[in-house]
Amino acid sequence: MTTWMLRRPIKGRPTRRPGLYAPASAMVLWIALIAALTLHAQQAELKWAGDPEGGAPFVEADPADPAKVSGFDVEIAELIARGLNRTPRFLFVPYASIDQAIERGTADIGLSGMEDTPARRAAMATTIPYYTFREVIAVRDADAGRLHTLADLKGRRVGTLGGTIAYEILLRAEQKYGLQAVSYDDDVHPYSDLLIGRLDAVVLDNVLAERRQRTMPGVTVQPQAIAYSHYVGVLAARNASIRDAANEVLRAAMGDGTLERIFRKWNVWNDDQPALYERLLKREAVPAISGLDDAVGVADLSTWQATLRYVPSLVKAAGVTLVLSCLSMAFAVALGVLIASGRVYRTGLLRWVLTGYVELMRGTPVLLQLFVIYYGLASVIRLPAFVAALLGLALNYAAYESEIYRGALEAVPLGQLEAARTLGFTERQVLRLVRGPQAFRLALPPMTNDFVALLKDSSLVSVLTVVELTKQTQIFATNLGSWVIPGSLCAAMYLLMSLPLSALARRLEERWKAPTA
Amino acid sequence: MSETILDVRDLHLRRSDRRILSGATFAVSRGGVVALMGPSGSGKTTILRAIAALEPFQQGTIDLDGVRLAGATRPSSTALGQLRRRVGLVFQFHHLFDHLTVTQNVTLAPMHVLGVSHAEAKTRAMELLETLGVEHRATALPRELSGGEAQRVAIARALAVDPPLLMMDEPTASLDPSRRNELGELLARLTRQGRTILLSTHDEEFTRRWVNAVLRVEEGVIVGDPRSPEAPKP
Repeated sequence: MTTWMLRRPIKGRPTRRPGLYAPASAMVLWIALIAALTLHAQQAELKWAGDPEGGAPFVEADPADPAKVSGFDVEIAELIARGLNRTPRFLFVPYASIDQAIERGTADIGLSGMEDTPARRAAMATTIPYYTFREVIAVRDADAGRLHTLADLKGRRVGTLGGTIAYEILLRAEQKYGLQAVSYDDDVHPYSDLLIGRLDAVVLDNVLAERRQRTMPGVTVQPQAIAYSHYVGVLAARNASIRDAANEVLRAAMGDGTLERIFRKWNVWNDDQPALYERLLKREAVPAISGLDDAVGVADLSTWQATLRYVPSLVKAAGVTLVLSCLSMAFAVALGVLIASGRVYRTGLLRWVLTGYVELMRGTPVLLQLFVIYYGLASVIRLPAFVAALLGLALNYAAYESEIYRGALEAVPLGQLEAARTLGFTERQVLRLVRGPQAFRLALPPMTNDFVALLKDSSLVSVLTVVELTKQTQIFATNLGSWVIPGSLCAAMYLLMSLPLSALARRLEERWKAPTA
Repeated sequence: MSETILDVRDLHLRRSDRRILSGATFAVSRGGVVALMGPSGSGKTTILRAIAALEPFQQGTIDLDGVRLAGATRPSSTALGQLRRRVGLVFQFHHLFDHLTVTQNVTLAPMHVLGVSHAEAKTRAMELLETLGVEHRATALPRELSGGEAQRVAIARALAVDPPLLMMDEPTASLDPSRRNELGELLARLTRQGRTILLSTHDEEFTRRWVNAVLRVEEGVIVGDPRSPEAPKP
């Protein structure tokens, strides 16, 4: 029974035999044979998805060879693969996309500290839990004596990884305890921001918290658990049978101490695990999340209810996107005009410096620039996240805008400038009355284009903890376990913002009809 | 002999290695139409541009109604302002401001350079456009004008700041014979009001009919007696 199940091709395709495909040509026969062999070889693999950015003890890549990974999730993947008579093959998938990668069949199972949420249980085929963790509060050493519980964090900024159970807990605590939840894209910067005072606490699971406590002096992890949940393996719902087989492998490893050996090796074994294993071996049902005082998660609601609940936050996030984009663009335009004027009208050092600036900003990724401004400069100047995001986007886009204006300024016919000079205008007046207005008309179409691009590029600032439309959509989708509704709403909102803008630009263009040649 | 409005002496002008003017010397008396004539590339346009301070020159002097430009020195912004109150230039290709209507093209300089009110500038602009026969195109944009209309608007624009010396580069090039005569009549009217016209042209017939004095330019110098320009041949 088991053997038959496991021999089934992963995507439900019937096993192909060359004979069935045999048309006249021998060539086709050969191709079919090779294809069949390849397919057979694939069947013997267990492709598992993980994100080495999570690092040890989950999945850590060898710096010299990123294809080589180690960690307890790696060993669990090997354990399951062995139990299923397959060869494990690691696939790098970003943490936030693992569910989608499993759903579309890129990989068979996701193992990367995947949280056991009700949404995941409903939408995917999750394995039995293999590790139980506690959500814990980490604070600066100095606050260890007074900040113990969520209630103690009233009015304070509390960070966590976005799209996690911890983030859901914090969102609810925002209303209940009046704290401010801050979403991060990784689990390192919440702790570094805690140390420099951008945050007063971090809520994450004990594995992540203890790891940071060991490497970052000054962080105290409070012993009280806010909630309990687990790590599970994630498979597509259509692969429930493979999941069932994997569950048996995990149960066997719980019974014979294999899991205990693995977790001890990675220093994360604790007394919570035997209790979990005992219940699972007795085949008792284990709730996804426990220990929370009022566990009313979004996932417990119907899709419709969840959507209604999320629409206001999506609208608010769209507002953040719009305000951030408009302000960034305004600064970028102003700065771009200055840079372009400097490059057109000045010579020598200033022109050289401005050219260098433009090349630097255009030649390096905006994501890197945002990181440098927010985290890199934190020791010198501690900018609030929104200001850093605004500054980062504005400085980057200013480089692009300046190139547009420079081109537009240079496109205004020299003859008109000379005509203006002979009429007695000063250079400044020539720029303001003749060159500038015409350059602006020429620059309008590429500017509109850039503004629409900026609307969407603004989603990059989620790495600086700014929750804008794309990030909010991702949070929504994670909690719903599906991208269909959140993705459609998100797309509709971006279009609602960009279409009127394009229409306005078209009207202006028609009114002005930029002269050609 | 009447008063000299323009005195150009020993003008040398080089662009990189090319010598354009090599010692052009001439004078223009107040009132009347004076033509610079000569083959293409002889330096006619460059002389006009140098007088309008659009072209730096290496040696020589230009004295225009009390303002002096000297070779190899940058004129001060005050001198430049004064100079440009005294001379207007109508380019061969009109170079109207593409983003402004005909009226706005004409009112822009009076308003921003002379500080004339919008209403006054507009009244004056309409008078000029009427004089030039293009008042019906007042609200048109430059790209909607014919070549002749654009040129007359360019003349109106130059006249709007009321310069005593009006220079025109090849003004007849884009005009048919009847338009040329209209231009000639206009120039005659302007000189009767005391204005001086200096133009460059190849057009012998136009010169015979409408020009008071001719300066011959050849290879960057004025040939003949620069102190007493020849009268046009009958």
